[in-house]
Amino acid sequence: MDDYLEIGNEKLSSRLFTGSGKYHDDSIIPDVLKSSGSQVITVALRRVDLNAETNVMNHIPKETVLLPNTSGARNAEEAVRIARLARSAGCGDWIKIEVIPDNRYLMPDGHETVKATEILAKEGFVVLPYVNADLIIAKQLESAGAAAVMPLGSAIGSNRGFRTEEIVRIIIEDVNLPIIVDAGIGKPSDAVRAMEMGAAACLVNTAIAVADDPVLMGKAFGNAVKAGREGFLAGPGAQKLNASASSPLTGFLDE
Amino acid sequence: MQIIVNGEDLTVSEGIKLIDLLLKKDLNPEKVVVELNLNVIPFSEFEVVMLKDGDKVEILNFVGGG
Repeated sequence: MDDYLEIGNEKLSSRLFTGSGKYHDDSIIPDVLKSSGSQVITVALRRVDLNAETNVMNHIPKETVLLPNTSGARNAEEAVRIARLARSAGCGDWIKIEVIPDNRYLMPDGHETVKATEILAKEGFVVLPYVNADLIIAKQLESAGAAAVMPLGSAIGSNRGFRTEEIVRIIIEDVNLPIIVDAGIGKPSDAVRAMEMGAAACLVNTAIAVADDPVLMGKAFGNAVKAGREGFLAGPGAQKLNASASSPLTGFLDE
Repeated sequence: MQIIVNGEDLTVSEGIKLIDLLLKKDLNPEKVVVELNLNVIPFSEFEVVMLKDGDKVEILNFVGGG
């Protein structure tokens, strides 16, 4: 079945985006991408470490869509600065805006994210902003030219799961952009729930990277995102308060 | 002359080109991005841009992230 996710110039068949951080060993990243089917991977931008033995980019297959993030930015100006640097690497126009002034909960600053989105969208970036689940911020991002909205499921790296369902459901209903649940997704079942309610994709980093078996967890998440998506597209039946028998309540033996 | 690279003072020869600085630091020019005095320098200009006394250079690369 043709169910591509179209963002920017990309036509994606996988609705699982993965992160590249926190792996015990970066060399399994290509195996995770393969097992999960993910076609999009996030990276961050940092000052070069002259002592680093290898570069994460050595482990990312070149056909993977790169989604650099602006982590480190505490305001719109810093996010824009990082985005322009990231783009100069020549690996595409996608940018995940992450403006986080708070180090304890890593909560994003929605206002600054909207400001950065507006500037970068005008410069031709494909902007995927990471924000809290907030309908008004989501609508402002839509007006500002974002290519998607990425509301958090719960705090980054917490594995606390998909806790913002109530608002994400409203955002999916009311904002005409792909809604990608990003952050805090801890188990495949969290991803299923997000996709079943109509999310366009899920972004998972920690849950895969810190699993005992990241390659297997990647596979599980790939299946979960597909199952949830297909469940959504198949049009589930309504919930009822009473029971409704599966077979007729007549014609029993010995009536 | 004195320049600042990734927040640290560095003494380099006059007229050094940006690409020379990268190679001097054992960096692969194809795997880094550079900001000079708050301006992004595209890869195509690494061989052309000459550093001056007091320049602030930021050299970054992609790392794992979510």
